[in-house]
Amino acid sequence: MAIFADNNSKVVVQGATGHQGVFHIGAMKEFGTKVVAGVTPGKGGQKVENVPIFDNVFDAVDERDANTSLILVPARFAKDAVFEALDAGCKTVVVITENIPFHDAMEFVHYSKYKNAVLIGPNCPGIASPGKTKIGILPGQIFKEGNIGVASRSGTLTYEIVNSLTEKGIGQSTCVGLGGDPIIGTTFIDSLNAFEKDKETKASVLVGEIGGTAEEEAAEHIKEYISKPVFAFIAGRTAPPGKRMGHAGAIIARGKGTAESKIKAFQKANVEVAKFPTDIADIIESSI
Amino acid sequence: MKLFEYRGKELFNEYGISVPNGRLVKDKNDFSGLNFPFVLKAQVPIGGRGKAGGIKSAENLKEAQEKFSKIMGMDIKGYKVRKVLAEEKVDIKKELYLSITLDRSKRMPLIMASVEGGMDIESVPDSKIFKEWINPLIGIQPFHIRSIITKLKLEKEDGKEVAKVISKIYKLFREYDCELVEINPLIIKKEGGVMALDSKVNINDDAMYRHQDIEPEVVELTPLEKDAKEKGIAFIQLEGNIGVIANGAGLTMATLDALTNYNGKGGVFLDLGGTDDPEKVKQAFELMKKAKPKVIFLNLFGGITRCDTVAKGVKDVITKEGIDCPVITRIKGCNEDQAKDILKDAGLITGTTLQDAAQKSSDLAR
Repeated sequence: MAIFADNNSKVVVQGATGHQGVFHIGAMKEFGTKVVAGVTPGKGGQKVENVPIFDNVFDAVDERDANTSLILVPARFAKDAVFEALDAGCKTVVVITENIPFHDAMEFVHYSKYKNAVLIGPNCPGIASPGKTKIGILPGQIFKEGNIGVASRSGTLTYEIVNSLTEKGIGQSTCVGLGGDPIIGTTFIDSLNAFEKDKETKASVLVGEIGGTAEEEAAEHIKEYISKPVFAFIAGRTAPPGKRMGHAGAIIARGKGTAESKIKAFQKANVEVAKFPTDIADIIESSI
Repeated sequence: MKLFEYRGKELFNEYGISVPNGRLVKDKNDFSGLNFPFVLKAQVPIGGRGKAGGIKSAENLKEAQEKFSKIMGMDIKGYKVRKVLAEEKVDIKKELYLSITLDRSKRMPLIMASVEGGMDIESVPDSKIFKEWINPLIGIQPFHIRSIITKLKLEKEDGKEVAKVISKIYKLFREYDCELVEINPLIIKKEGGVMALDSKVNINDDAMYRHQDIEPEVVELTPLEKDAKEKGIAFIQLEGNIGVIANGAGLTMATLDALTNYNGKGGVFLDLGGTDDPEKVKQAFELMKKAKPKVIFLNLFGGITRCDTVAKGVKDVITKEGIDCPVITRIKGCNEDQAKDILKDAGLITGTTLQDAAQKSSDLAR
């Protein structure tokens, strides 16, 4: 099974002909992803890594049956690209682009709900279901097929954690990068619900960080609705208030969003919080 | 970006929200056209300036000159006052609080209003703050506004005036990509009508490209942070003495956290991002050197980025330009063995694990 992305995902890459597009179309195909089309306005008819390029998403959906879009376009054009993907009928949209004005994100996140689509990101590394598909810019070599679900607000930190799981022989069902922005489409709660239903997933790992209250809300949700074990790591214990720590969403504002509050909330929900990111693998090994 | 009060009020003016008669005052003889009594207000991007002595009223020219001289140039929580706004006093019947901000959880603009205006909203009990969330796809509708106005229990005419202000600040919030629009207090005048006595307008940095009319003027960054921003490097100066370079914001934060387990303290957050471009690596090390940390801790995870390419960049900088503090490295991921050899060759200390490297860095920084 896996969540949000699997063997049925047929991917159209928006922003396919740029440096990033070309590189990641190659890397995704190598992983086994069904990349069926690319879109770059004005470059229809070309090919990238043998993948046909179209001028718009509608044609890619009509002719190549694409159902999932990967957005790699620059921030200024991202809102337009997401709206186009949703209107063309894509049911999953993964937005990698960083620095999108949050007012734009607010609009397309709400529109995705109206369209009953899953929107992942923005400012995220994408999603990988090992053995099935990878939609995004995550490095393919760190994954191993298995039954731990991972949902994270960070990129490299997730790779680090996933890599340490794989090194211990602990495989993953799906790893989803939720994104480092204040407004994101898919949340910890959405991921937890999906992992709960997924037969392949036995336990999940949440990688949170300072800013907002998503972890606190997830902790409340776990108490009531999640029966599978959950483990967590929180970055930013030492971050000072008022500073944006790299991610637009990683900021302690008006006393809200501290690591301390998140760790406490998880502990109250019986979620073990690791001290070091690489400890997660040890904790899972000893408790499952 | 945080706008100064006077700039926020210029926007209020554009959107038809009335503000007191006033203007920036350049020097202590620049009061022509202003009627006494008026208030002199320090323009700083931080709250609490009243308590710090940054707001004073003047009844006559002599007072105005004295008070202007006190405010101009004073230091308020680390910000030097370079602009002073003079505003004529208004007779107040009632003070309200009104704001629009982003609710991250609901992913919607959140309007907050209260009859407890004029004080810090954090100190107002939740039961006295009325909230309304606006789905951005439908925008603000009369029912949202009616709901707030009813709860505020204002006199009919005053309610009508406040309603107009609510729809105007929503328009401003959306059109200017704001993170926050706050009016505290929004006053009801004795003679009738409403007026914004203060303004807080923060604009989303990512959207500044579509607001060319807003001149950045507030300096919230240290000179090195500013330099880094121009180079596109995420760089934050902190209180400790260990300079952390890592790739990815989450990993950089986690690395800073790891130090505290060994009583080390991060002095710099430097996120290389997904780059292995030797030029960027060089710039990053140059910035780090300028921040003068006691120890540099380089923590890399190679995913798409190859560790050996970054290591080569690091070796180049260090052999060419030298470095006068110890550099501890911890490398994991794509091509880590080659990277370790390169760094050893450059005379750097490599830690085996994150814990080991964090401990070595902390010990050396003592």
